[in-house]
Amino acid sequence: MKYVALVYYREQTINDMTEQQWHDLNQECIRCVENLADKGKFLAGQALQPVDSATTLRVRDGEVLMSDGPFAETKEQLAGFYLLEARDLNEALQLASHIPPARLGSIEVRPVRDLPPKD
Amino acid sequence: MDTLDLETVYRQHSRQVLATLIRLLGEFDLAEEALQDAFAAAAQQWPSQGAPDNPLAWLIRCGQNRGIDQIRRRQTVRFHADELARAAEVSDTPDLAESSLQDDQLRLIFTCCHPALAVESQLALTLREVCGLTTEQVARALLQKPTTLAQKIVRAKRKIREAGIPYEVPDDKHLAERLGAVLHVVYLMFNEGYARTDGEGLIDASLTAEAIRLAELLATLLPDGDVFGLLALVRLQDARKAARVDEHGELVTLEDQDRTLWNCEEIGLGKAWLMRALGKSPAGAYTLQAAIAAAHADAPSFEETDWQDIVGLYDLLYQRSPTPVIALNRAVAVAMVEGPQAGVALLEGLSSHKAIQNYHLFHAALADLYRRAGHQEQARVAYERALSLASQAQEKRFLQKRLFQLDSGNYQ
Repeated sequence: MKYVALVYYREQTINDMTEQQWHDLNQECIRCVENLADKGKFLAGQALQPVDSATTLRVRDGEVLMSDGPFAETKEQLAGFYLLEARDLNEALQLASHIPPARLGSIEVRPVRDLPPKD
Repeated sequence: MDTLDLETVYRQHSRQVLATLIRLLGEFDLAEEALQDAFAAAAQQWPSQGAPDNPLAWLIRCGQNRGIDQIRRRQTVRFHADELARAAEVSDTPDLAESSLQDDQLRLIFTCCHPALAVESQLALTLREVCGLTTEQVARALLQKPTTLAQKIVRAKRKIREAGIPYEVPDDKHLAERLGAVLHVVYLMFNEGYARTDGEGLIDASLTAEAIRLAELLATLLPDGDVFGLLALVRLQDARKAARVDEHGELVTLEDQDRTLWNCEEIGLGKAWLMRALGKSPAGAYTLQAAIAAAHADAPSFEETDWQDIVGLYDLLYQRSPTPVIALNRAVAVAMVEGPQAGVALLEGLSSHKAIQNYHLFHAALADLYRRAGHQEQARVAYERALSLASQAQEKRFLQKRLFQLDSGNYQ
Protein backbone atom coordinates (compact mmCIF):
# COMPACT_ATOMS: atom_id res chain seq x y z
CA MET A 1 0.00 0.00 0.00
CA LYS A 2 1.00 3.61 -0.44
CA TYR A 3 0.86 6.00 2.47
CA VAL A 4 1.54 9.71 2.72
CA ALA A 5 3.27 10.90 5.86
CA LEU A 6 2.50 14.58 6.38
CA VAL A 7 5.05 16.30 8.59
CA TYR A 8 3.78 19.04 10.88
CA TYR A 9 5.60 21.18 13.39
CA ARG A 10 5.49 24.67 14.82
CA GLU A 11 7.62 26.76 12.56
CA GLN A 12 8.53 28.81 15.60
CA THR A 13 10.39 25.77 16.98
CA ILE A 14 12.56 25.80 13.85
CA ASN A 15 13.02 29.57 13.97
CA ASP A 16 14.27 29.25 17.53
CA MET A 17 16.96 26.75 16.51
CA THR A 18 20.62 27.65 16.21
CA GLU A 19 22.13 27.33 12.77
CA GLN A 20 23.97 24.23 13.88
CA GLN A 21 20.78 22.58 15.14
CA TRP A 22 19.00 23.41 11.89
CA HIS A 23 21.92 22.04 9.89
CA ASP A 24 21.95 18.83 11.94
CA LEU A 25 18.21 18.35 11.54
CA ASN A 26 18.47 18.72 7.76
CA GLN A 27 21.34 16.24 7.59
CA GLU A 28 19.31 13.83 9.68
CA CYS A 29 16.38 14.19 7.26
CA ILE A 30 18.67 13.49 4.30
CA ARG A 31 19.88 10.30 5.99
CA CYS A 32 16.30 9.32 6.78
CA VAL A 33 15.33 9.66 3.11
CA GLU A 34 18.41 7.68 2.02
CA ASN A 35 17.52 4.96 4.48
CA LEU A 36 13.96 4.71 3.28
CA ALA A 37 15.07 4.77 -0.36
CA ASP A 38 17.62 1.98 0.24
CA LYS A 39 14.81 -0.19 1.62
CA GLY A 40 12.60 0.65 -1.35
CA LYS A 41 10.12 2.42 0.90
CA PHE A 42 10.57 5.99 -0.30
CA LEU A 43 8.52 6.80 -3.41
CA ALA A 44 8.59 10.59 -3.24
CA GLY A 45 8.76 13.43 -0.79
CA GLN A 46 9.80 17.01 -0.24
CA ALA A 47 10.37 19.47 2.52
CA LEU A 48 8.34 22.66 2.11
CA GLN A 49 9.13 26.34 2.48
CA PRO A 50 7.47 27.99 5.51
CA VAL A 51 3.73 28.76 5.37
CA ASP A 52 4.31 32.47 4.83
CA SER A 53 5.37 31.46 1.30
CA ALA A 54 2.02 29.75 0.75
CA THR A 55 -0.73 30.97 -1.54
CA THR A 56 -4.19 29.45 -1.27
CA LEU A 57 -6.56 29.46 -4.20
CA ARG A 58 -10.18 28.60 -4.77
CA VAL A 59 -12.24 28.51 -7.94
CA ARG A 60 -15.71 29.97 -7.52
CA ASP A 61 -18.06 30.56 -10.45
CA GLY A 62 -15.14 29.98 -12.76
CA GLU A 63 -13.10 32.67 -11.09
CA VAL A 64 -9.78 31.94 -9.45
CA LEU A 65 -9.63 33.52 -6.01
CA MET A 66 -6.29 33.76 -4.31
CA SER A 67 -5.27 34.58 -0.80
CA ASP A 68 -1.98 34.95 0.97
CA GLY A 69 -1.01 32.23 3.44
CA PRO A 70 -2.07 28.64 4.25
CA PHE A 71 -5.68 27.44 3.94
CA ALA A 72 -6.05 27.42 7.71
CA GLU A 73 -4.19 28.82 10.65
CA THR A 74 -3.13 25.83 12.74
CA LYS A 75 -0.95 25.34 15.78
CA GLU A 76 1.45 23.20 13.79
CA GLN A 77 2.18 23.86 10.15
CA LEU A 78 2.67 21.48 7.26
CA ALA A 79 6.42 21.29 6.72
CA GLY A 80 6.87 18.41 4.28
CA PHE A 81 5.58 15.12 3.03
CA TYR A 82 6.74 11.60 2.28
CA LEU A 83 5.08 9.13 -0.07
CA LEU A 84 5.89 5.73 1.39
CA GLU A 85 5.45 2.16 0.25
CA ALA A 86 4.45 -0.10 3.13
CA ARG A 87 2.95 -3.54 3.61
CA ASP A 88 0.29 -2.23 5.98
CA LEU A 89 -0.42 0.53 8.48
CA ASN A 90 1.89 -1.02 11.08
CA GLU A 91 4.84 -0.77 8.73
CA ALA A 92 3.85 2.71 7.58
CA LEU A 93 3.69 3.89 11.21
CA GLN A 94 6.98 2.23 11.98
CA LEU A 95 8.66 3.94 9.01
CA ALA A 96 7.07 7.29 9.87
CA SER A 97 8.33 7.04 13.44
CA HIS A 98 11.87 7.45 12.04
CA ILE A 99 11.11 10.77 10.34
CA PRO A 100 13.21 13.19 12.44
CA PRO A 101 10.59 15.95 12.94
CA ALA A 102 8.34 13.34 14.62
CA ARG A 103 10.27 14.37 17.76
CA LEU A 104 9.38 18.04 17.25
CA GLY A 105 5.83 17.95 15.96
CA SER A 106 3.43 15.41 14.51
CA ILE A 107 3.35 13.05 11.55
CA GLU A 108 -0.05 12.35 10.06
CA VAL A 109 -0.07 9.04 8.22
CA ARG A 110 -2.79 8.48 5.63
CA PRO A 111 -3.33 5.78 3.04
CA VAL A 112 -3.59 7.07 -0.52
CA ARG A 113 -6.89 6.64 -2.31
CA ASP A 114 -6.79 5.18 -5.78
CA LEU A 115 -9.13 6.94 -8.16
CA PRO A 116 -11.62 4.66 -9.88
CA PRO A 117 -10.75 3.47 -13.40
CA LYS A 118 -11.29 5.97 -16.17
CA ASP A 119 -14.70 5.65 -17.84
CA MET B 1 -30.04 -31.51 14.81
CA ASP B 2 -32.81 -29.16 15.94
CA THR B 3 -32.90 -25.38 16.00
CA LEU B 4 -31.86 -25.19 19.63
CA ASP B 5 -28.64 -27.06 18.89
CA LEU B 6 -27.81 -24.67 16.08
CA GLU B 7 -28.34 -21.77 18.46
CA THR B 8 -25.91 -23.37 20.88
CA VAL B 9 -23.40 -23.84 18.09
CA TYR B 10 -23.85 -20.21 17.09
CA ARG B 11 -23.29 -19.01 20.63
CA GLN B 12 -20.25 -21.20 21.13
CA HIS B 13 -18.59 -20.97 17.75
CA SER B 14 -19.76 -17.96 15.77
CA ARG B 15 -16.91 -15.74 16.99
CA GLN B 16 -14.27 -18.35 16.24
CA VAL B 17 -15.76 -18.84 12.78
CA LEU B 18 -15.77 -15.08 12.24
CA ALA B 19 -12.18 -14.62 13.44
CA THR B 20 -10.98 -17.31 11.05
CA LEU B 21 -13.12 -16.07 8.16
CA ILE B 22 -11.59 -12.60 8.52
CA ARG B 23 -8.16 -14.20 8.11
CA LEU B 24 -9.29 -16.30 5.15
CA LEU B 25 -11.30 -13.59 3.39
CA GLY B 26 -9.30 -10.56 4.47
CA GLU B 27 -12.21 -8.27 5.30
CA PHE B 28 -14.50 -7.74 8.28
CA ASP B 29 -17.80 -7.05 6.55
CA LEU B 30 -17.34 -9.79 4.00
CA ALA B 31 -16.49 -12.26 6.77
CA GLU B 32 -19.59 -11.25 8.75
CA GLU B 33 -21.80 -11.78 5.71
CA ALA B 34 -20.14 -15.12 5.06
CA LEU B 35 -20.69 -16.09 8.70
CA GLN B 36 -24.42 -15.40 8.45
CA ASP B 37 -24.56 -17.26 5.12
CA ALA B 38 -22.83 -20.27 6.66
CA PHE B 39 -25.28 -20.44 9.55
CA ALA B 40 -28.21 -19.99 7.16
CA ALA B 41 -26.88 -22.92 5.13
CA ALA B 42 -26.50 -24.96 8.31
CA ALA B 43 -30.08 -24.21 9.33
CA GLN B 44 -31.18 -25.52 5.95
CA GLN B 45 -28.97 -28.60 5.67
CA TRP B 46 -28.32 -29.91 9.14
CA PRO B 47 -31.92 -30.84 10.08
CA SER B 48 -32.30 -33.11 7.03
CA GLN B 49 -28.73 -34.26 6.47
CA GLY B 50 -27.62 -34.37 10.08
CA ALA B 51 -25.02 -32.19 11.77
CA PRO B 52 -21.42 -32.65 10.62
CA ASP B 53 -18.89 -34.28 12.93
CA ASN B 54 -16.94 -31.04 13.16
CA PRO B 55 -19.49 -28.19 12.97
CA LEU B 56 -16.78 -25.55 13.40
CA ALA B 57 -14.75 -26.74 10.39
CA TRP B 58 -17.95 -27.16 8.37
CA LEU B 59 -19.04 -23.60 9.10
CA ILE B 60 -15.61 -22.15 8.31
CA ARG B 61 -15.38 -23.99 4.98
CA CYS B 62 -18.94 -23.09 4.08
CA GLY B 63 -18.40 -19.45 5.06
CA GLN B 64 -15.16 -19.30 3.11
CA ASN B 65 -16.84 -20.64 -0.04
CA ARG B 66 -19.75 -18.24 0.34
CA GLY B 67 -17.28 -15.37 0.84
CA ILE B 68 -15.36 -16.26 -2.31
CA ASP B 69 -18.65 -16.51 -4.23
CA GLN B 70 -19.56 -13.10 -2.89
CA ILE B 71 -16.29 -11.59 -4.08
CA ARG B 72 -16.90 -13.10 -7.52
CA ARG B 73 -20.44 -11.75 -7.64
CA ARG B 74 -19.39 -8.22 -6.95
CA GLN B 75 -19.74 -6.22 -10.08
CA THR B 76 -16.49 -4.38 -9.70
CA VAL B 77 -14.43 -7.53 -9.72
CA ARG B 78 -11.25 -5.79 -10.76
CA PHE B 79 -11.21 -3.84 -7.47
CA HIS B 80 -11.19 -7.10 -5.58
CA ALA B 81 -8.62 -9.04 -7.56
CA ASP B 82 -6.27 -8.95 -4.55
CA GLU B 83 -8.88 -10.30 -2.15
CA LEU B 84 -9.84 -13.04 -4.53
CA ALA B 85 -6.23 -14.02 -5.06
CA ARG B 86 -5.71 -14.16 -1.32
CA ALA B 87 -8.91 -16.12 -0.68
CA ALA B 88 -8.15 -18.54 -3.52
CA GLU B 89 -4.59 -18.97 -2.32
CA VAL B 90 -5.62 -20.33 1.06
CA SER B 91 -8.79 -22.11 -0.02
CA ASP B 92 -7.15 -25.43 -0.76
CA THR B 93 -5.39 -25.69 2.55
CA PRO B 94 -7.31 -23.78 5.21
CA ASP B 95 -5.52 -24.26 8.49
CA LEU B 96 -8.23 -25.28 10.92
CA ALA B 97 -6.08 -26.66 13.72
CA GLU B 98 -7.29 -25.63 17.17
CA SER B 99 -4.14 -23.57 17.77
CA SER B 100 -4.64 -21.64 14.53
CA LEU B 101 -8.22 -20.91 15.41
CA GLN B 102 -7.13 -19.59 18.80
CA ASP B 103 -4.51 -17.44 17.10
CA ASP B 104 -7.24 -16.09 14.86
CA GLN B 105 -9.11 -14.94 17.94
CA LEU B 106 -5.96 -13.23 19.17
CA ARG B 107 -5.44 -11.65 15.75
CA LEU B 108 -8.97 -10.38 15.88
CA ILE B 109 -8.49 -8.97 19.38
CA PHE B 110 -5.22 -7.21 18.54
CA THR B 111 -6.72 -5.80 15.35
CA CYS B 112 -9.77 -4.53 17.18
CA CYS B 113 -7.47 -3.08 19.86
CA HIS B 114 -5.11 -1.37 17.43
CA PRO B 115 -3.83 1.97 18.78
CA ALA B 116 -4.62 3.65 15.45
CA LEU B 117 -8.26 3.32 16.57
CA ALA B 118 -9.65 5.52 19.34
CA VAL B 119 -9.69 3.63 22.64
CA GLU B 120 -13.48 3.81 22.79
CA SER B 121 -13.68 2.32 19.32
CA GLN B 122 -11.28 -0.45 20.29
CA LEU B 123 -13.51 -1.42 23.19
CA ALA B 124 -16.70 -1.18 21.17
CA LEU B 125 -15.35 -3.10 18.24
CA THR B 126 -13.91 -5.91 20.33
CA LEU B 127 -17.09 -6.37 22.33
CA ARG B 128 -19.06 -6.39 19.09
CA GLU B 129 -16.77 -8.52 16.92
CA VAL B 130 -14.93 -10.73 19.37
CA CYS B 131 -17.71 -11.26 21.92
CA GLY B 132 -20.60 -11.03 19.50
CA LEU B 133 -22.56 -8.69 21.78
CA THR B 134 -25.33 -6.69 20.17
CA THR B 135 -24.74 -3.00 19.57
CA GLU B 136 -27.22 -2.24 22.38
CA GLN B 137 -25.34 -4.41 24.88
CA VAL B 138 -22.04 -2.81 23.93
CA ALA B 139 -23.59 0.64 24.28
CA ARG B 140 -24.76 -0.12 27.82
CA ALA B 141 -21.46 -1.68 28.83
CA LEU B 142 -19.66 1.48 27.70
CA LEU B 143 -22.30 3.92 29.01
CA GLN B 144 -23.06 5.24 25.52
CA LYS B 145 -26.03 5.72 23.21
CA PRO B 146 -26.64 2.83 20.79
CA THR B 147 -26.70 5.14 17.74
CA THR B 148 -23.38 6.75 18.68
CA LEU B 149 -21.93 3.34 19.32
CA ALA B 150 -23.12 1.89 16.01
CA GLN B 151 -21.50 4.78 14.11
CA LYS B 152 -18.30 4.23 16.04
CA ILE B 153 -18.19 0.57 15.02
CA VAL B 154 -18.87 1.35 11.36
CA ARG B 155 -16.13 4.01 11.34
CA ALA B 156 -13.66 1.71 13.07
CA LYS B 157 -14.23 -1.09 10.57
CA ARG B 158 -13.87 1.34 7.70
CA LYS B 159 -10.57 2.56 9.10
CA ILE B 160 -9.27 -1.00 9.50
CA ARG B 161 -10.06 -1.63 5.85
CA GLU B 162 -8.98 1.68 4.33
CA ALA B 163 -5.92 2.43 6.42
CA GLY B 164 -4.63 -1.13 6.09
CA ILE B 165 -4.56 -2.14 9.75
CA PRO B 166 -3.12 -5.67 9.49
CA TYR B 167 -4.80 -8.78 10.82
CA GLU B 168 -1.96 -9.98 12.98
CA VAL B 169 -0.59 -10.40 16.47
CA PRO B 170 2.06 -7.70 17.05
CA ASP B 171 5.70 -8.80 17.16
CA ASP B 172 7.62 -8.96 20.45
CA LYS B 173 8.88 -5.41 20.10
CA HIS B 174 5.39 -3.91 20.04
CA LEU B 175 3.58 -6.47 22.13
CA ALA B 176 3.90 -4.78 25.52
CA GLU B 177 2.51 -1.44 24.38
CA ARG B 178 -0.38 -3.11 22.59
CA LEU B 179 -1.31 -5.28 25.55
CA GLY B 180 -2.93 -2.69 27.82
CA ALA B 181 -5.93 -2.07 25.58
CA VAL B 182 -6.34 -5.79 25.04
CA LEU B 183 -6.46 -6.48 28.79
CA HIS B 184 -9.00 -3.72 29.26
CA VAL B 185 -11.18 -5.29 26.60
CA VAL B 186 -10.92 -8.81 28.02
CA TYR B 187 -11.96 -7.48 31.42
CA LEU B 188 -14.95 -5.69 29.93
CA MET B 189 -15.86 -8.91 28.22
CA PHE B 190 -15.79 -10.71 31.54
CA ASN B 191 -17.91 -8.05 33.21
CA GLU B 192 -20.45 -8.13 30.44
CA GLY B 193 -20.87 -11.83 31.11
CA TYR B 194 -20.69 -11.53 34.89
CA ALA B 195 -23.24 -8.74 35.26
CA ARG B 196 -25.26 -8.68 32.08
CA THR B 197 -26.79 -5.30 31.52
CA ASP B 198 -30.11 -6.38 30.08
CA GLY B 199 -32.56 -9.24 30.05
CA GLU B 200 -33.21 -11.73 32.78
CA GLY B 201 -30.07 -13.82 32.84
CA LEU B 202 -27.77 -12.35 35.46
CA ILE B 203 -24.71 -14.41 34.68
CA ASP B 204 -23.84 -15.49 31.18
CA ALA B 205 -21.50 -18.41 31.72
CA SER B 206 -20.31 -18.62 28.11
CA LEU B 207 -19.17 -14.97 28.08
CA THR B 208 -17.32 -15.21 31.38
CA ALA B 209 -15.87 -18.53 30.28
CA GLU B 210 -14.82 -16.96 26.99
CA ALA B 211 -13.15 -14.06 28.80
CA ILE B 212 -11.36 -16.46 31.13
CA ARG B 213 -10.32 -18.60 28.17
CA LEU B 214 -8.93 -15.56 26.39
CA ALA B 215 -7.18 -14.37 29.55
CA GLU B 216 -5.63 -17.85 29.88
CA LEU B 217 -4.60 -17.82 26.25
CA LEU B 218 -3.02 -14.40 26.74
CA ALA B 219 -1.24 -15.66 29.86
CA THR B 220 0.23 -18.52 27.83
CA LEU B 221 1.28 -16.38 24.89
CA LEU B 222 2.24 -13.21 26.76
CA PRO B 223 3.61 -14.03 30.21
CA ASP B 224 3.31 -10.48 31.52
CA GLY B 225 2.59 -9.68 35.17
CA ASP B 226 -0.66 -7.89 34.55
CA VAL B 227 -1.91 -10.62 32.20
CA PHE B 228 -1.57 -12.96 35.19
CA GLY B 229 -3.20 -10.25 37.31
CA LEU B 230 -6.17 -10.07 34.96
CA LEU B 231 -6.52 -13.83 34.93
CA ALA B 232 -6.37 -13.89 38.74
CA LEU B 233 -9.00 -11.17 38.90
CA VAL B 234 -11.51 -12.85 36.60
CA ARG B 235 -10.98 -16.18 38.35
CA LEU B 236 -11.52 -14.68 41.80
CA GLN B 237 -14.67 -12.87 40.67
CA ASP B 238 -15.97 -15.86 38.79
CA ALA B 239 -15.50 -17.96 41.95
CA ARG B 240 -18.23 -15.89 43.63
CA LYS B 241 -20.84 -16.26 40.92
CA ALA B 242 -22.88 -19.01 42.60
CA ALA B 243 -23.43 -16.72 45.59
CA ARG B 244 -24.36 -13.66 43.53
CA VAL B 245 -27.87 -14.89 42.75
CA ASP B 246 -30.28 -16.52 45.21
CA GLU B 247 -32.64 -19.45 44.56
CA HIS B 248 -35.25 -17.03 43.14
CA GLY B 249 -32.75 -15.59 40.71
CA GLU B 250 -32.42 -12.39 42.73
CA LEU B 251 -29.23 -10.39 43.11
CA VAL B 252 -27.27 -10.88 46.35
CA THR B 253 -24.70 -8.24 47.31
CA LEU B 254 -21.25 -9.14 48.56
CA GLU B 255 -22.40 -8.27 52.07
CA ASP B 256 -25.23 -10.82 52.06
CA GLN B 257 -23.58 -13.57 50.04
CA ASP B 258 -23.38 -17.09 51.45
CA ARG B 259 -19.62 -17.50 51.37
CA THR B 260 -19.83 -21.28 51.55
CA LEU B 261 -21.11 -21.08 47.96
CA TRP B 262 -17.88 -19.52 46.78
CA ASN B 263 -15.88 -21.87 44.61
CA CYS B 264 -12.78 -22.65 46.72
CA GLU B 265 -11.04 -24.40 43.89
CA GLU B 266 -11.38 -21.39 41.63
CA ILE B 267 -10.31 -19.04 44.43
CA GLY B 268 -7.20 -21.21 44.73
CA LEU B 269 -6.57 -20.87 41.00
CA GLY B 270 -7.07 -17.12 41.18
CA LYS B 271 -4.71 -16.73 44.14
CA ALA B 272 -2.07 -18.85 42.41
CA TRP B 273 -2.19 -16.52 39.39
CA LEU B 274 -2.09 -13.55 41.76
CA MET B 275 1.12 -14.88 43.33
CA ARG B 276 2.66 -15.17 39.87
CA ALA B 277 1.48 -11.64 39.04
CA LEU B 278 2.91 -10.20 42.26
CA GLY B 279 6.23 -11.86 41.41
CA LYS B 280 6.61 -9.26 38.67
CA SER B 281 6.78 -5.67 39.87
CA PRO B 282 5.48 -3.05 39.76
CA ALA B 283 2.01 -4.45 40.29
CA GLY B 284 -0.32 -3.50 37.43
CA ALA B 285 -3.89 -2.28 37.71
CA TYR B 286 -5.41 -5.73 37.26
CA THR B 287 -3.01 -7.27 39.76
CA LEU B 288 -4.12 -4.69 42.34
CA GLN B 289 -7.78 -5.39 41.65
CA ALA B 290 -7.06 -9.11 41.95
CA ALA B 291 -5.40 -8.44 45.31
CA ILE B 292 -8.59 -6.67 46.42
CA ALA B 293 -10.69 -9.61 45.23
CA ALA B 294 -8.34 -11.96 47.12
CA ALA B 295 -8.78 -9.91 50.31
CA HIS B 296 -12.55 -10.46 49.98
CA ALA B 297 -12.01 -14.15 49.23
CA ASP B 298 -9.94 -14.53 52.40
CA ALA B 299 -12.45 -12.79 54.67
CA PRO B 300 -14.75 -15.05 56.73
CA SER B 301 -17.49 -12.39 56.58
CA PHE B 302 -18.22 -8.92 55.23
CA GLU B 303 -17.58 -7.32 58.64
CA GLU B 304 -14.36 -9.25 59.21
CA THR B 305 -12.92 -8.11 55.89
CA ASP B 306 -9.59 -6.30 56.06
CA TRP B 307 -11.08 -3.01 54.80
CA GLN B 308 -7.97 -1.05 55.74
CA ASP B 309 -5.94 -3.26 53.44
CA ILE B 310 -8.54 -2.82 50.71
CA VAL B 311 -8.49 0.99 51.02
CA GLY B 312 -4.69 0.86 50.69
CA LEU B 313 -4.99 -1.23 47.52
CA TYR B 314 -7.58 1.18 46.10
CA ASP B 315 -5.21 4.07 46.84
CA LEU B 316 -2.50 2.37 44.75
CA LEU B 317 -5.04 1.58 42.06
CA TYR B 318 -6.32 5.13 41.92
CA GLN B 319 -2.73 6.40 41.55
CA ARG B 320 -2.33 4.16 38.50
CA SER B 321 -5.70 4.80 36.89
CA PRO B 322 -7.66 7.69 38.39
CA THR B 323 -11.11 6.82 37.05
CA PRO B 324 -14.42 7.78 38.70
CA VAL B 325 -15.46 4.12 38.97
CA ILE B 326 -12.34 3.27 40.99
CA ALA B 327 -12.96 6.35 43.13
CA LEU B 328 -16.51 5.07 43.68
CA ASN B 329 -15.30 1.67 44.89
CA ARG B 330 -12.64 3.29 47.04
CA ALA B 331 -15.27 5.49 48.68
CA VAL B 332 -17.34 2.43 49.57
CA ALA B 333 -14.28 0.82 51.20
CA VAL B 334 -13.45 4.04 53.06
CA ALA B 335 -17.01 4.06 54.40
CA MET B 336 -16.39 0.61 55.89
CA VAL B 337 -13.33 1.90 57.75
CA GLU B 338 -14.35 5.44 58.67
CA GLY B 339 -18.15 5.23 58.64
CA PRO B 340 -20.85 5.99 56.05
CA GLN B 341 -20.56 9.78 56.32
CA ALA B 342 -16.95 9.67 55.09
CA GLY B 343 -18.08 7.64 52.09
CA VAL B 344 -20.95 10.03 51.37
CA ALA B 345 -18.55 12.99 51.34
CA LEU B 346 -16.29 11.23 48.82
CA LEU B 347 -19.20 10.22 46.57
CA GLU B 348 -20.73 13.70 46.61
CA GLY B 349 -17.36 14.97 45.43
CA LEU B 350 -17.57 12.59 42.47
CA SER B 351 -21.06 13.52 41.35
CA SER B 352 -19.85 16.14 38.86
CA HIS B 353 -18.31 13.44 36.62
CA LYS B 354 -20.54 13.07 33.58
CA ALA B 355 -19.73 9.41 33.09
CA ILE B 356 -20.88 8.64 36.61
CA GLN B 357 -24.06 10.73 36.69
CA ASN B 358 -25.92 8.11 34.65
CA TYR B 359 -24.23 5.12 36.26
CA HIS B 360 -26.87 3.35 38.35
CA LEU B 361 -24.34 1.75 40.70
CA PHE B 362 -23.06 5.17 41.73
CA HIS B 363 -26.53 6.21 42.88
CA ALA B 364 -27.14 2.80 44.46
CA ALA B 365 -23.89 3.09 46.46
CA LEU B 366 -24.71 6.65 47.47
CA ALA B 367 -28.23 5.58 48.54
CA ASP B 368 -26.78 2.77 50.61
CA LEU B 369 -24.43 5.11 52.44
CA TYR B 370 -27.18 7.69 53.05
CA ARG B 371 -29.31 4.91 54.52
CA ARG B 372 -26.52 3.76 56.80
CA ALA B 373 -25.86 7.33 57.86
CA GLY B 374 -29.56 7.66 58.76
CA HIS B 375 -30.50 10.11 55.96
CA GLN B 376 -33.71 8.35 54.88
CA GLU B 377 -35.01 11.02 52.52
CA GLN B 378 -31.72 11.42 50.61
CA ALA B 379 -31.43 7.64 50.47
CA ARG B 380 -34.89 7.42 48.88
CA VAL B 381 -34.04 10.00 46.19
CA ALA B 382 -30.79 8.22 45.34
CA TYR B 383 -32.42 4.75 45.24
CA GLU B 384 -35.11 6.14 42.93
CA ARG B 385 -32.45 7.67 40.67
CA ALA B 386 -30.57 4.34 40.60
CA LEU B 387 -33.83 2.54 39.83
CA SER B 388 -34.58 4.83 36.89
CA LEU B 389 -31.11 4.17 35.43
CA ALA B 390 -30.85 0.41 36.05
CA SER B 391 -31.70 -1.72 33.03
CA GLN B 392 -31.36 -5.20 34.47
CA ALA B 393 -34.51 -6.79 35.92
CA GLN B 394 -32.72 -8.24 38.97
CA GLU B 395 -31.07 -4.95 39.79
CA LYS B 396 -34.40 -3.15 39.47
CA ARG B 397 -36.10 -5.62 41.83
CA PHE B 398 -33.20 -5.37 44.26
CA LEU B 399 -33.47 -1.58 44.31
CA GLN B 400 -37.27 -1.75 44.68
CA LYS B 401 -36.80 -4.06 47.65
CA ARG B 402 -34.40 -1.57 49.22
CA LEU B 403 -36.91 1.25 48.67
CA PHE B 404 -39.68 -0.83 50.22
CA GLN B 405 -37.51 -1.64 53.24
CA LEU B 406 -36.72 2.04 53.57
CA ASP B 407 -40.43 2.94 53.53
CA SER B 408 -41.43 0.25 55.99
CA GLY B 409 -38.58 1.30 58.24
CA ASN B 410 -37.41 -2.26 58.82
CA TYR B 411 -33.97 -1.83 57.39
CA GLN B 412 -31.22 -1.40 59.91
